[in-house]
Amino acid sequence: MNKYIERLYNGIIKENPTFVLMLGMCPTLAVTTTAINGIGMGLSTTAVLVFSNLIISALRKIIPDRVRIPAYIVIVASLVTIVQLLLQAYVPSLYESLGIYIPLIVVNCIILGRAEAYAAKNGPVESAFDGIGMGLGFTVGLTCIAVVRELIGGGAIFGMEVIPEDFRVTIFGLAPGAFFVLAILTALQNKFKAPSATNGSAAPQSKLACGGNCMNCTGSACMSNHTTLETLRLQAQEEALAAKKAALAKKEAELKAKMDKKDE
Amino acid sequence: MSKLLNVSSSPHVRSQETTQSIMTDVVIAMLPATAFGVFQFGFHALMVLAATILACVLSEYAYEKIMDKPITIYDMSAVVTGMILALNMPADIPVWMPALGGVFAIIVVKQLYGGLGQNFMNPALAARCFLLISFAGKMSTFKLDGWSGATPLAVLKTGGQVDVAAMFVGKIPGTIGEVSVIALLIGAAYLVFKKVISLRIPVTYILTVAVFVFIFGKQDLNFVLAHICGGGLIFGAFFMATDYVTSPITPKGQIVFGILLGVLTGLFRLFGGSAEGVSYAIIISNMLVPLIEKYTLPVAFGKEGKKA
Repeated sequence: MNKYIERLYNGIIKENPTFVLMLGMCPTLAVTTTAINGIGMGLSTTAVLVFSNLIISALRKIIPDRVRIPAYIVIVASLVTIVQLLLQAYVPSLYESLGIYIPLIVVNCIILGRAEAYAAKNGPVESAFDGIGMGLGFTVGLTCIAVVRELIGGGAIFGMEVIPEDFRVTIFGLAPGAFFVLAILTALQNKFKAPSATNGSAAPQSKLACGGNCMNCTGSACMSNHTTLETLRLQAQEEALAAKKAALAKKEAELKAKMDKKDE
Repeated sequence: MSKLLNVSSSPHVRSQETTQSIMTDVVIAMLPATAFGVFQFGFHALMVLAATILACVLSEYAYEKIMDKPITIYDMSAVVTGMILALNMPADIPVWMPALGGVFAIIVVKQLYGGLGQNFMNPALAARCFLLISFAGKMSTFKLDGWSGATPLAVLKTGGQVDVAAMFVGKIPGTIGEVSVIALLIGAAYLVFKKVISLRIPVTYILTVAVFVFIFGKQDLNFVLAHICGGGLIFGAFFMATDYVTSPITPKGQIVFGILLGVLTGLFRLFGGSAEGVSYAIIISNMLVPLIEKYTLPVAFGKEGKKA
């Protein structure tokens, strides 16, 4: 599979941020009352995610390791401000209904998570595609939850009323309903899950002790871990070789001693 | 050989009690209140009962069948859950609502957490709160003889006067099972007599409510008695707060649990937005049970006086 398409597939299905990575739960639970809100939130986050991944990836060799989180936050916050102003200008109704959750995109775990886990270790183009994949995955997750909640709790699909008032189960439109729907959809996802590094079902690709899964390490630690492990492995090989040589030499000496005895 | 030797691990002393016999006792104990509810509210109350119990038992059967688990519908626990839920419904609610509540109680609250003994809160009450939030209008319209009227607690909340004698007999609007204090007490006496429940939780619960209402409400005998007889307090204290799974097992813990229930109920009734608070008090306290048990663990025999 093309590595860019693979990123999209990974974000939407294999490591869906909502149902597999379980990131960004705050907007997931809070804004998914109607499908339009879900899509709006998902796409706003996607826009921020793509550009934050792109910029962070491009700057990854310049940003010092120690101050990387503040640096990321500054980048993300600038992008969020742009998105917020755009929403306010062009879709004021969506801006109204998402409210405080737009500025809160700054601290969305998905954005920082992808910056740490992917953009800081990979090139800009791959990172941008990772952003698109993750963002669309988030949008799909939010929309799935929101459609179910809007249908059962509000009796409508994308604002079209289909269930009469008396038969609506209002609790699905409130906070507990968000948990119910998220839990049940996640359970379904677990039942039919695709193998991925995060849900523990993929085979390790590397012989390194950490499984070669760079998700577990951050920044330069990843690189230094690889070097340390590689050095350790080489050392162990050398030691084994030396031990073998010593054993051989000993055997030879023994043989020689025997021969000498025979000669006598 | 007529008698097989028992070589299993402990416990070796066993009683004749089974889950089924205890649950059957609870059902029997609820019969007077049920009969009174049906007598007072008419045929539709019976329909509500039947639908709820059926929904509970069927959803338990269906879930266990689908998940390849042992079928446990014969232990009567689903029947008890259905019955408690139905007795917590207003009599003229559309039948599908309590049925939906029954499915929620069994599937979400009981089975998803691992079945009987694993549920972290009372399934029937969780379902009642689910319905109360979802269908606030239908769940809080109470009719009596065709008139829809305020429950005594709602009257008290707005500062009116109520007739405690009528509340004791049950000639008041309310849910199917909670109205008649006398019928509930007959059932409770049966449970205490059969040693299915101990009096610790109900008595501390009711006393705490009385004291709380006396201190923070009105210093008036009629007012305090109305709070004890009104709403779901008697029903909740004897039949719902004493549920084995969701109440503490330690004696000291049961007393703490009763006091906690009383304080919460008093708070909700006097200072909360709605007139009644027994259901919420019980499910909130249910969630604190593990904590209560942790701190009230009795000292093991032989370890007295020693610090761990």
